[in-house]
Amino acid sequence: MDIITTPAPAGADPHHHDHAHDDGSMTVFGFWVYLMTDCVIFGSLFATFGVLATSTAGGPGGRELFDLPYVGVETLLLLISSFTFGMGMLEMHAGRQDKLISWLAITFVFGAGFIGMEVREFAHLIADGAGPGRSAFLSAYFSLVGTHGLHVTAGLLWMAVTMHQVKRFGLDPVVRRRLACLSLFWHFLDLIWICVFTFVYLQGAM
Amino acid sequence: MAGTHAVPHDAHHASHGTRKSYVRGFVLSLVLTLIAFAVVMAGSERHGLVLGVITILAVAQLVVQLVYFLHLGAAPEQRNNTVIFVLTALLIANVIGLSLWVMHNANVNMMPTQMTPQAAMTRE
Repeated sequence: MDIITTPAPAGADPHHHDHAHDDGSMTVFGFWVYLMTDCVIFGSLFATFGVLATSTAGGPGGRELFDLPYVGVETLLLLISSFTFGMGMLEMHAGRQDKLISWLAITFVFGAGFIGMEVREFAHLIADGAGPGRSAFLSAYFSLVGTHGLHVTAGLLWMAVTMHQVKRFGLDPVVRRRLACLSLFWHFLDLIWICVFTFVYLQGAM
Repeated sequence: MAGTHAVPHDAHHASHGTRKSYVRGFVLSLVLTLIAFAVVMAGSERHGLVLGVITILAVAQLVVQLVYFLHLGAAPEQRNNTVIFVLTALLIANVIGLSLWVMHNANVNMMPTQMTPQAAMTRE
């Protein structure tokens, strides 16, 4: 009898253990692993850019093309959006749904502003004959900065969907988990941008 | 069980951050960004020195955002993320560093120095 009853609490323990891991933390960890593989993609693009940075094929280089004050404003927009997303996550942890949505909306506006400025910059470069086909330097530039821009665009779409989900379903565990992943994604994109403005724009304009 | 679940987990607070930590991260990032732009826009001709300074500023800002925005650290619930990040950073440092090194050597040793880009492009 003893032998039969004693495993019962022991059996309940692994269940409790499972439950503790079922709060979405494993999903968020998995998403972090995905972000690290994304990091490797950007690492390769940075390596490519680094190798080709001086291969301008007689065309314009960073010094002629890059407008630093313009890039500075882009940088500020993305940095502010990273901060406002953080503010939103604090509201999520406090359970204040309306404030969370307001912060997400502000984040969306700044993110969209960043993308708008980047698209305008690309359009100007291409109009001036400095498109991705002009030189290896510009191919690498458009690949690297464009890949970052695509990520931010995907993040904006994701944010719009998530805002809708918060309104529709409230702050249930699934929505919280998705917000946690999106917040990692968004902050991660600002990290990549630090490397872009430093090693593409600032170094290029030197 | 249900009662304890409704209470916000205090143990997880370190991995969420606070208003204060976000503001601190934001202000530090802002300052580091402004210094980096100011250093380059001052237009110094000492390129090596300027590159060194902006690299240090970028690494500092990466660390600031990893700690204050992405909540990496040595706490037990952050450790997995931190370890995998460090390994990835090592991998990327190798990919970038070795690519630059290999290609620099290739350029120095194998570039046909007598050919201009225009000549290379017009050659069929």
